[in-house]
Amino acid sequence: MIEFRGVSKQYPDGTVAVEGVDIVIEPHTTTVLVGSSGSGKTTLLRMINRMVDPTGGQVLIDGTDVATVDPVRLRRGIGYVMQNSGLLPHRTVVDNVATVPVLTGVSRKQARARALELLDTVGLERSLADKYPSQLSGGQQQRVGVARGLAVDPNILLMDEPFGAVDPIVRSELQQELLRLQGELGKTVVFVTHDIDEAFLLGDQIVIMQQGGRISQAASPAEILAAPADAFVADFVGAERGKRSLHLTEVDGRTVVVDGDGRPAGVLAP
Amino acid sequence: MNLFVEGFAWILDPANWSGPGSIPERLGQHLAVSATVLLIAMVIALPVGALIGHTGRGREAAVMVSGGLRALPTLGVLTLFGLWIGIGLTAPILALVILAIPPLLAGAYAGFESVDRRTVDAARAMGMRELQIVGGVELPLGLPILVGGIRSASVQIIATATLAAYLADEGLGRYIFQGLKTRDYAEMLGGSILVIALALVVDGCFALVQRIVVPAGVRATRTRELRSRPARSRAATG
Ligand SMILES: Nc1ncnc2c1ncn2[C@@H]1O[C@H](COP(=O)(O)OP(=O)(O)OP(=O)(O)O)[C@@H](O)[C@H]1O
Ligand SMILES: [Mg+2]
Repeated sequence: MIEFRGVSKQYPDGTVAVEGVDIVIEPHTTTVLVGSSGSGKTTLLRMINRMVDPTGGQVLIDGTDVATVDPVRLRRGIGYVMQNSGLLPHRTVVDNVATVPVLTGVSRKQARARALELLDTVGLERSLADKYPSQLSGGQQQRVGVARGLAVDPNILLMDEPFGAVDPIVRSELQQELLRLQGELGKTVVFVTHDIDEAFLLGDQIVIMQQGGRISQAASPAEILAAPADAFVADFVGAERGKRSLHLTEVDGRTVVVDGDGRPAGVLAP
Repeated sequence: MNLFVEGFAWILDPANWSGPGSIPERLGQHLAVSATVLLIAMVIALPVGALIGHTGRGREAAVMVSGGLRALPTLGVLTLFGLWIGIGLTAPILALVILAIPPLLAGAYAGFESVDRRTVDAARAMGMRELQIVGGVELPLGLPILVGGIRSASVQIIATATLAAYLADEGLGRYIFQGLKTRDYAEMLGGSILVIALALVVDGCFALVQRIVVPAGVRATRTRELRSRPARSRAATG
């Protein structure tokens, strides 16, 4: 379980990135931090692996304040996937995935064997193992990034807009893949995005951030749709517009669901 | 033009290829002095440059110190050290180390700085220690630029190491000073040509090293960019 208790962050230049945040993240669930640019999502995420230290409050993992844990040891136990994959350009795919296990003392051979299995897990051909990151497509690089994040078999996986830089078709492929993976592996995933649709698709819990690093609402997708905490959330999730504003009409004796633009979205199953 | 012919004739004269003060002997001395200077300067400048590039701190100070060192006339420094330390190799070696530090420092911090900060950030977030980031990420990726710094330093050292002969009976500079004294312009020019040739050869060698140390994955990017330039859409289709 990850717990934020009254967490704040003010950067040395005076920017308040996060202010008074309380969140509880249950194990084996996916929590999505969503909000516009600059709302403090990345800052919040990076407090979990101490890439950023809070200036107020505490971040706890299973009851232990992360501030008391050696950052390197902490990070080696937490998977981290970022937008531009962050792969090491001078190492092959398999060596990238095996990097951290090798650092922690796993033999090279064992680490590489495990890395190859992980390529299967994230749906990559093993023939890509000896290629360099620059020889892969953006989508493939992100998959390698996920494989690397999983290499130490962490309980926690942090993902910062991992699918932000790939085209929509690949993105939706990767999203489905992540859902499948999460179904199999049951990690505690903390996922950052500014795409509310992605948040609704992936999240068990959704944390909506607003400017100034405050939480507007933290709840399940259904709760957020049913009872947006304020006008900001309602507007942000678009609860009153377009494809989220559904209503029913009778057509030839069947109930048809129509969205806010008047387009039929489907029929109501009996 | 005639003088050049005489200079080359002097170099080719078998009499200058054996005995005390022969070309091979002076060449060896010149290289030994240059290598010693390079080594000392590298031990001083590279770690400092790496630290600056890694932390992103102290760059201004480094630029200022480098600028100051660059502004010092090597002949003046050499004379000063010579008066202070006396005749021998120590003074020229010190003066040359001062000459070599700025390009080495610049090469080291520019090399380390050139590494994409997002790559370094990702390495840190994975749990690499700072020294592992320096050795395993920044050094291999910044090496071509760092070697570029060594390259320009070594050429400057070799060219200026002629001044060692000002205070010691060492190096190819002897021919130049001796020729000047005895008005033997063929010897003077022969010595200069040898220094220039040595500098060019060493420069060529480092140019080669600079290419070799480009990591394979980075080289792959380059060829890929070249290949995919006409058909850019390939990348977008994933
Ligand atoms: N190292 C830093 N120093 C100073 N200010 C920072 C630093 N990192 C982030 N900030 C500021 O803190 C605020 C929150 O940044 P953060 O990166 O957490 O936002 P974000 O929600 O992840 O945004 P995006 O969607 O653009 O990634 C921004 O105003 C940003 O400019
Ligand atoms: Mg961000």
